[in-house]
Amino acid sequence: MTRTMAQAINQALAQEMASDDRYVLLGEDVGRDGGVFRVTEGLVDRFGPERVIDTPLAESGAVGAAVGMAALGLRPIVEIQFMGFIYPAFNQIVSHVARLRNRTRGRFAVSLVIRTPYGAGVRALEHHSESTEALFCQIPGLVVVVPSEPAEAKGLLTASLRSDDPVIFLEPTRLYRAEKQEVPDEAYELPLGRARIVREGKDVTVVAWGAMIPVARKAADMAQAGGVEVEIVDLRTLSPMDREAVVGSVKKTGRAVVLHEAPKTCGLGAEIAALIGERALLSLKAPVLRVTGQDITVPLLKSEDDYYPNPERLARAVRRVMEF
Amino acid sequence: MIEQFDPLKGERLQVLDESGKARASLEPALAAADRRRIYELMVLSRAADAKALKLQRQGRMGTFASSLGHEACQVGTASGLAGGDWFFPYFRDLGAYLTLGYPLDVYYHYWMGNEAGLRTPDGLNIFPLAIPVASQIVHAVGAGMAANYRKLRIAVAATFGDGATSEGDFHEAMNFAGVFKTPNVFVCYNNQFAISVPRSRQTASATIAQKALAYGFGGVQVDGNDVLAVYAAVKEAADRARAGGGPTLIEAYTYRMGDHTTSDDASRYRSKDDVADWEKRDPVLRFRLYLKGKGEWDEAYEKTLQEKTAAVVEKAVEAAEARPAATAEDLFVYTYAAMTPNLQEELADLKESLKGASR
Repeated sequence: MTRTMAQAINQALAQEMASDDRYVLLGEDVGRDGGVFRVTEGLVDRFGPERVIDTPLAESGAVGAAVGMAALGLRPIVEIQFMGFIYPAFNQIVSHVARLRNRTRGRFAVSLVIRTPYGAGVRALEHHSESTEALFCQIPGLVVVVPSEPAEAKGLLTASLRSDDPVIFLEPTRLYRAEKQEVPDEAYELPLGRARIVREGKDVTVVAWGAMIPVARKAADMAQAGGVEVEIVDLRTLSPMDREAVVGSVKKTGRAVVLHEAPKTCGLGAEIAALIGERALLSLKAPVLRVTGQDITVPLLKSEDDYYPNPERLARAVRRVMEF
Repeated sequence: MIEQFDPLKGERLQVLDESGKARASLEPALAAADRRRIYELMVLSRAADAKALKLQRQGRMGTFASSLGHEACQVGTASGLAGGDWFFPYFRDLGAYLTLGYPLDVYYHYWMGNEAGLRTPDGLNIFPLAIPVASQIVHAVGAGMAANYRKLRIAVAATFGDGATSEGDFHEAMNFAGVFKTPNVFVCYNNQFAISVPRSRQTASATIAQKALAYGFGGVQVDGNDVLAVYAAVKEAADRARAGGGPTLIEAYTYRMGDHTTSDDASRYRSKDDVADWEKRDPVLRFRLYLKGKGEWDEAYEKTLQEKTAAVVEKAVEAAEARPAATAEDLFVYTYAAMTPNLQEELADLKESLKGASR
């Protein structure tokens, strides 16, 4: 059956909750309202308010409560309404969620998924458009996952829910309803920590994730018209990163462009460029370029498109590495 | 009983006065053996604490947060809990740890700088102590929500200092607890100082206990140097929590007799007179006088107890120092459920660099 990403995520949540009563879902508006993006629609009717819990409006409280629930053996799923509102919970995530297993030498661990919509492109208010995934990739102990298609979202979320590690699951708002795709009805996992090749090509590697994958596809089509074959690597899990997939692709193509929506400075592109420098230097025919959001605050909706990387900017970078 | 003491009227629960005399109507029904157990744990806590300070000065322990003066708060709180209950402590809770059966050598091991000391032995429901202030209170609330969901008849206690009540997590925890009617017992050890900043700078409320009222549940202030008052309040609150009666906030009014930690010098911000005044209210002495009044304490008992306690502490130090040092693997293998390729590489690199390195 074809589904949007929002529907695919909803189905993954419903299937795992149906199979195991340790899963409880908590957050703001996740119950009767079904979440502001309707991702949790219908779950409160199916599983009841004891398992689909509308919390007081407090992100640190919700994540902190989830830590305590996990201590008693539950597997909580916390929805943060927008990534721009995750920061009140940052102390709980960094100081407890990420390190509990290590600081108790394995006695306690937080099997927890924190889902949050993220990224620009839906003409929202201030604070609703940031993509600050790199903040979380700097924290040992966290798994950071970003899906790029409905079927990917279902499989990656299912794997995240079944994982014994805490997962920050970032859902690109722009992709929630961008397309419908065939999504298998049965539950299935896609592996965490493994990238996928979205499109094969021999000339340039583009490393991207989430809402940048459709941008990369368009740019690859443009390059194809000029006779250049772009290979697109969808990271899927940003941390821990599938470094072999990145390095393997660059060794084949000899050129790399990293594409992300977050600001350039200290973004994940810097980490990927360093990785390529360490492991594939002698394969490189051109410098590694980054096409990213600007090093500015995400602008309001009228100027949003000036911030967001578009296919033209990526195609230009692809031409530059080809012409180097 | 705790409803009899209205924090809005400035009423404070006290069972033992400073001379160790009990108010008979409030005196908890404890067997003589239980009273002695409480006393012995307070004595052990004080001795273990003093030893830790010595070890720190000798360079055998890292920075340490002394529990001196908190013995009644800590032992009283933990004694009020029952088997199956959960405990979410903060970083100044030695007496509670000991009362709940946490091995002293393991506790020392943590403060000596090894995470293995924070691995709660299986079978004990003690969450690892929290250093980020107030962050553990929301954990206790989540555990309470899980207990409700699982229909477990348990109480979940959290401890914290007066400074913690200024943090957002304190408010969020109280608010969640009230809304979800969680089986929590919140015990604030109000020791008058958050490092150097006095209680008057944390809140304009007359008491911390009265804050509970705004969250829709009860609060009580107790004499935190009176172990029977702390015990009685916690026990009643825990019994109520287990019976589905919801949360309670207990403010144990006490004083931090030591520095904040071994890195602090409290003489910079408080007077000797203040400290001397509180010395008269010493919680261990008060309980000793109470036992003496009951004919359950004499010099011979004290002498034997002190000798026994000193031996227990010495043995714990030896055991802690004999515990294995962290290996390079230990530092890496608990980051994720399974080692990532990246961590495997970093570990191999660390081991390579440690070969032949002088440490």
